[in-house]
Amino acid sequence: MLAYIIRRVAQSALVLLVVGLVAFAMFRFVGDPIENMLGQERTMEDVERLRENLGLDQPFVVQYYKFLENAVQGNFGLSYRQGRPVADILLERLPATLELAFVSGLLALLGGIALGIFTAIRKRGVTANIIMTASLIGVSLPTFLIGILLIYVFSVELGWLPSFGRGQTVQIGGWSTGFLTQSGLQALVLPAITLGLYQMTLIMRLVRTEMLEVLRMDYIRFARARGIKDRAINFRHALKNTLVPVITITGLQLGSIIAFAIITETVFQWPGVGLLFINAVQFVDIPVMAAYLMMISVMFVSINLIVDMLYFAIDPRLRVDRTAGGH
Amino acid sequence: MTDAPLSETQVSAPAPSRIKRIWESDFMWSFRHAPVAIVSAIVVLVLVLAAVFAPLIAPFDPFNPATLNLMNGFTPPGEANAFTGDTFFLGTDDQGRDVFSTILYGMRISLFVGFSAVLLAMLIGVTLGLIAGYLGGWTESIIMRIADVQLTFPSILVAMLIFGIAKGVTPAEYRDQMAIWVLILAIGLSDWVQFARVVRGTTLVEKNKEYVQAAKLIGRSRFSIMLRHILPNVLNPVLVIATISLALAIIAEATLSFLGVGAPPTKPSLGTLIRIGQEFMFSGEWWILLFPAATLLALALSINLLGDWLRDALNPRLR
Repeated sequence: MLAYIIRRVAQSALVLLVVGLVAFAMFRFVGDPIENMLGQERTMEDVERLRENLGLDQPFVVQYYKFLENAVQGNFGLSYRQGRPVADILLERLPATLELAFVSGLLALLGGIALGIFTAIRKRGVTANIIMTASLIGVSLPTFLIGILLIYVFSVELGWLPSFGRGQTVQIGGWSTGFLTQSGLQALVLPAITLGLYQMTLIMRLVRTEMLEVLRMDYIRFARARGIKDRAINFRHALKNTLVPVITITGLQLGSIIAFAIITETVFQWPGVGLLFINAVQFVDIPVMAAYLMMISVMFVSINLIVDMLYFAIDPRLRVDRTAGGH
Repeated sequence: MTDAPLSETQVSAPAPSRIKRIWESDFMWSFRHAPVAIVSAIVVLVLVLAAVFAPLIAPFDPFNPATLNLMNGFTPPGEANAFTGDTFFLGTDDQGRDVFSTILYGMRISLFVGFSAVLLAMLIGVTLGLIAGYLGGWTESIIMRIADVQLTFPSILVAMLIFGIAKGVTPAEYRDQMAIWVLILAIGLSDWVQFARVVRGTTLVEKNKEYVQAAKLIGRSRFSIMLRHILPNVLNPVLVIATISLALAIIAEATLSFLGVGAPPTKPSLGTLIRIGQEFMFSGEWWILLFPAATLLALALSINLLGDWLRDALNPRLR
């Protein structure tokens, strides 16, 4: 068990180092940093001085080490486009993305579990079949089309909800929240649904499959034979055993929610880190891209690690073959 | 695709023609009895043909400025333009380009990028998967670790990143020309892991079978064993993944182009067209958005359904 944990932590550290190398290589080799920082009117002395200041005359390994050292301290230099420290810009934008990701994650989890249970219990019902078919279409529907469709129906045609931005936000410490104003909550509805819908279909299908599997087990049949009410069997006996894989998959999906937020944020012009990243890609703003990459990989890697540990803690059956069998 | 898994139940009696043999194989039998697969295949076929023959079908050349008339801008579908009296089957966009023609040409780009990206991913993935599975040892460890690291990130994010880096490397004046190739590279590189994993897994099973032992004994080189003996036996799952990857690649391309980090407006793909159309959603010119979006959806959905069927047909155990 301990050996397994140590190996997983070491693996995660390795992943971060590799990602760091990619981010550093972007910094160093995509475009000339000197070119980007100094304007047209520069002398050779300026170039030399900056090269020395930035440490660009030192060996590659030393530069990489310096880069990592800075990155750990949250120092990613200045954005080429805005001329401000990248860390400041990221911190300013982060609350918007986290709030969006939180709400859509919650929506996906609750909606997915509820619909999954429903479609599993009413396996042959008409409504359940309609839901299943809709979910198949939902998987093929690109996120941005869902967003556009929602904007068209609820903003353009019905005029109920805003189509872009965050509405009014309230500043609490360094955190700007949209939860406390009416316009902020209204602005959250469409992006949250857009972002959560795909994950919701995934969770729903997973819960359904697991639930159908569990309902076939002997102990469920035995419970039925004992005359326990359907409601109690479904929710107390079956659901509990369904939730183990659901928790882990949901954990892993959290990462992709943050990544897919890029698309949703662009459709709704939501001022989060995803929109920041896509603008950085458009304008080749390397420091922002590198910092976003590092930030998101730290998130992904820690989520993966936690989920793996959780798996261990929740399901005792897995302990034996996980420690024994390779990967 | 058609003659991949011929059934073994063929009776060799009067030697039927090749076409007939294929038609009567298990594979085709399963196809003939899956209405969803037939409809999807027809939709895909029609769309692909329309894209390939776009220059012949399209009533206008949307990229030839000489044929454009700005007065024709914003003509609703099927109605005569108030100034020029011209009618357009699916209407025109802001610059007076025929929407039907731009969709045909856009689909051409979407499909080209999709097919090429999957081909690239397949080439990289199958090669690395074969090598990892057959050679084992540290070669395998390195390849599979890289795959694991990449799998930590959603492929659309990897594609965006590769696009951004490649854009930074290409000089500004070539960026628009190179955009299509950069897209193929980005999507292809973001998608090889699936192929590598499956091919490695199958190779691990295949390499211990007797025919491989036999090939080794007669002194075949490792390279030729991998290429001539193992490769043909791992192709079924590759075909399934390729189909599903194609739908994903087309969606990925559309997403990137929609986000403005893909095909440029001078060479619009379906995603770029949707991006352009979105601007006119609020002012009521719905056709500029709706038709490209519907085309993309039809394309992605039917390829997905075809892939679903193919997975079941080629692997009866999964049913």
